[in-house]
Amino acid sequence: MSIVALLRADSLDFPLFLHVLGAMILVGGLVAGAGALGFGRGDVRFLRLGYWSLLAVSLPGWVLMRVAGGWIYSKEGWDDLPAGASKPGWLDAGMLIADFGGLILLVALVAGGAGVYRLRRGGGTRLLEVTLVLALALLAAYIVAVWAMAAKPS
Amino acid sequence: MSFDDWMLALHVLSAFAWVAGVVVFWILIAAVRRVDTAAEMIRMQPVVRVGNAAVGIGMGGTIALGLWLAFSVGGYNIWDGWIIAALVLWVISAPLGQRTGAAYMEGANKARELQTAGQTDPSAELLALNRTSKGVVFQFLWTVVVLLILIDMIWKPGA
Repeated sequence: MSIVALLRADSLDFPLFLHVLGAMILVGGLVAGAGALGFGRGDVRFLRLGYWSLLAVSLPGWVLMRVAGGWIYSKEGWDDLPAGASKPGWLDAGMLIADFGGLILLVALVAGGAGVYRLRRGGGTRLLEVTLVLALALLAAYIVAVWAMAAKPS
Repeated sequence: MSFDDWMLALHVLSAFAWVAGVVVFWILIAAVRRVDTAAEMIRMQPVVRVGNAAVGIGMGGTIALGLWLAFSVGGYNIWDGWIIAALVLWVISAPLGQRTGAAYMEGANKARELQTAGQTDPSAELLALNRTSKGVVFQFLWTVVVLLILIDMIWKPGA
């Protein structure tokens, strides 16, 4: 692992910076979003803050992380492996969590958007509770992804 | 997986916690600019505590595990320029984070004061404290220093 880090090509530094920065923004937005939704206790302004943290911070973070990750993937030649060669498990795991996590984030945002709309019309907070649960699940999944990407266990 | 691989993974996770905390505080700084009642201000405190915990775990984890890695991983030494730069930036970041917190604590303290006095109406003084430009400047400088650490960790100049 240390040798791999020492031998990483310089040309990967910038996409790696964007990838890591995007992932950090994504996680920060999830922490703030889950915190505000979890501690909102029915306060409309606070619940909206939680939703907007996910929409305006986590989503752009996810896009930056995924686009820069794809850039690294292509630069490293993982999309053009010779026949019989296989990708390392940590890469598959990281990509699966990133892509599936993106889908879950979109579902959380749709549920949260509908929840905020209902709140404005005096409805309940059930949909925002769904968003909270999904945000916490995403947070747990991305912690696993960060561990897999950093430790590269295979 | 070796012990050093585990330490590296935890070091990176600590860095994520730290930056997540910085992001949480940016979101709170944006939100607090519209807060002019004690009740709303006090309602924000649990999220502030989450941000504080993330920054505390992140800063503690990055420095402790980073030092471990500097001594343990072959090819890196504690006197490498990029490691010294990271340590200096870490030291600079601590008072900047503290000053950001202190600037926003003035609003939190005022909110507690108002609550104790039973004042539930909007307060112009509280709003002014929550719109502190000093706090924004310290938060901006803190963020720049944290980003410089991230840049240093990825480019490892001189390694």
